[in-house]
Amino acid sequence: MQGPLIDNLVRQGISRRTFLKYCATLASMMALPPTAGRAMAEAMAASRRPSVIWLPFQECTGCTESITRSHSPTIEGMIFDMISLDYQETLMAAAGFQAEEARHQAMKENMGKYLLIVDGSIPLGQDGAFSCTAGRSNLETLKEAAAGAAAIVAMGSCASFGGIPKANPNPTGAVSVSDIIKDKPIVNIPGCPPIPVVMTGVLAHYLTFGTLPELDDKGRPKSFYGETIHDRCYRRPFYDQGKFAKTFDDEGARNGWCLFELGCKGPVTHNACATTKWNGGTSWPVESGHGCLGCSEPDFWDAGGFYKALSMPADPLKFVAVAAVAGAAVGVGVSIANRAKKGSAKAAHETTTLADLEK
Amino acid sequence: MNDLQFLTWVRGTGLNIAVSIFLLGVFWRLFEIYSLGHKKDLSAPRHASGASGLHTVFRRSLPPPGMLKRSPVSYIGGYIFHIGLFIVVFGFAPHILLIKSLTGLSWPALPSQFVNLAAIVTMAAMVVVLFDRINKPVKRFLSTFEDWFTWAVTFLPVLTGWMAFEHMLLPYTTMLALHILSVQLLLVVLPFTKLFHVFTLFGSRWYNGRVNGHKGVPV
Repeated sequence: MQGPLIDNLVRQGISRRTFLKYCATLASMMALPPTAGRAMAEAMAASRRPSVIWLPFQECTGCTESITRSHSPTIEGMIFDMISLDYQETLMAAAGFQAEEARHQAMKENMGKYLLIVDGSIPLGQDGAFSCTAGRSNLETLKEAAAGAAAIVAMGSCASFGGIPKANPNPTGAVSVSDIIKDKPIVNIPGCPPIPVVMTGVLAHYLTFGTLPELDDKGRPKSFYGETIHDRCYRRPFYDQGKFAKTFDDEGARNGWCLFELGCKGPVTHNACATTKWNGGTSWPVESGHGCLGCSEPDFWDAGGFYKALSMPADPLKFVAVAAVAGAAVGVGVSIANRAKKGSAKAAHETTTLADLEK
Repeated sequence: MNDLQFLTWVRGTGLNIAVSIFLLGVFWRLFEIYSLGHKKDLSAPRHASGASGLHTVFRRSLPPPGMLKRSPVSYIGGYIFHIGLFIVVFGFAPHILLIKSLTGLSWPALPSQFVNLAAIVTMAAMVVVLFDRINKPVKRFLSTFEDWFTWAVTFLPVLTGWMAFEHMLLPYTTMLALHILSVQLLLVVLPFTKLFHVFTLFGSRWYNGRVNGHKGVPV
């Protein structure tokens, strides 16, 4: 199926009107002007399906699960089907030699034009032996696939920032895609897993404008990662009123009060969960009663514990007792010195007589 | 180091270092100051009404007759920013949570918007007090580096905390980390500067009141 996208959509029972609505929604979610919706629809409808190669490295397949499951069978899922996904180990029927062949063929045919999606981090330890596919290390595969890619999408926190494999003490020497590839446009779509619509939004943007959307300083699309969870949270008014749930089942929790004290990382986490929600807009972590883990931020795993409030110490204060004792010891030492000085001054005191003054 | 790592560092290692230096300094200074003692006054005590340590502790909280008119900024501005600091430090929910995690003590928080207002009033009062110090020749003459420095390290945590709350200038994560860092600077310098009055204020008033009370002078 290499025909225009709109033909495929029509074949699958998607009307032009529904498609336009979808594009308008995507455009507004990405904070593009209203006219961009039409431009997007035209560009995408006419476009041939771009070749997409999806490489999984050190990952848990959660990103793939998220993309495939949570939006099917919504139109986002359809769009996802409409790209030419030429290599995806989890979804593809082929295996072994056939699968690798498909990838090489797609890379050859679409040299310089295909989109490379990477999920999972890349281990550098032991020459990359921690994670290999078809007898080659992830590092080797990534470098080869990146060379012919038009752009790279780092899908999920592992590919974007190293994620859980990179968590202290990082036994495999895991790094992110952007740590290795420096000469290609890379868009990071972090999250553990990321929100499906963010991926389709980025793809739609790429198909329409031929460029990646505007990114923040961490390489994330600003339209989805521009604001914090906290700022868009429906529980925010309770934070402002100072109403906090103290445990997961107290009255405050039942009343939907703020989860800051239970360790919510919403204030420092940039993602779109609070607005797009999950599972087709059903709910999202904070709505289901658990604080944000901060999964779309670098090194969220080592940010001081999921159940510690942001204003609480990230680690136990280790030197405090020693410091207090040392301080007291110095104080006692100084006071002994002071007293000795006083004592010697007293001992050295000479009485002044009238005769002395008349000298 | 990215912004979240910076925040985690100040919440972890940074806090550890700052609180340790703070405690070391506080214990050091308290032991040093209270072990100084003073020579026994052998004269017979004179009694006068209002001349005692306790009287002085309270009396020094009020301006002596006529002084309020002569130096209104010092008294009114001083009172406002001290009360404001108290509200901001001890009334804001995240601060109470920190204190609770360190000491186990906690109390109900004030609404964030009220604390926000208190922070603005505090900063305004501090700026006015600073301007007065610059403007009045005598005050300026008496001011040393320590005065300007302690003003700055007290002002910075309020400013950065307020800016983090209002999402001004820098992303919240970075500003929050800077806020915590500025508090750590304050903690480190507090025991070794005039800011130590946090601990010695009432003790020294009592001392002066007591010594002068012995002489029958209510100070």
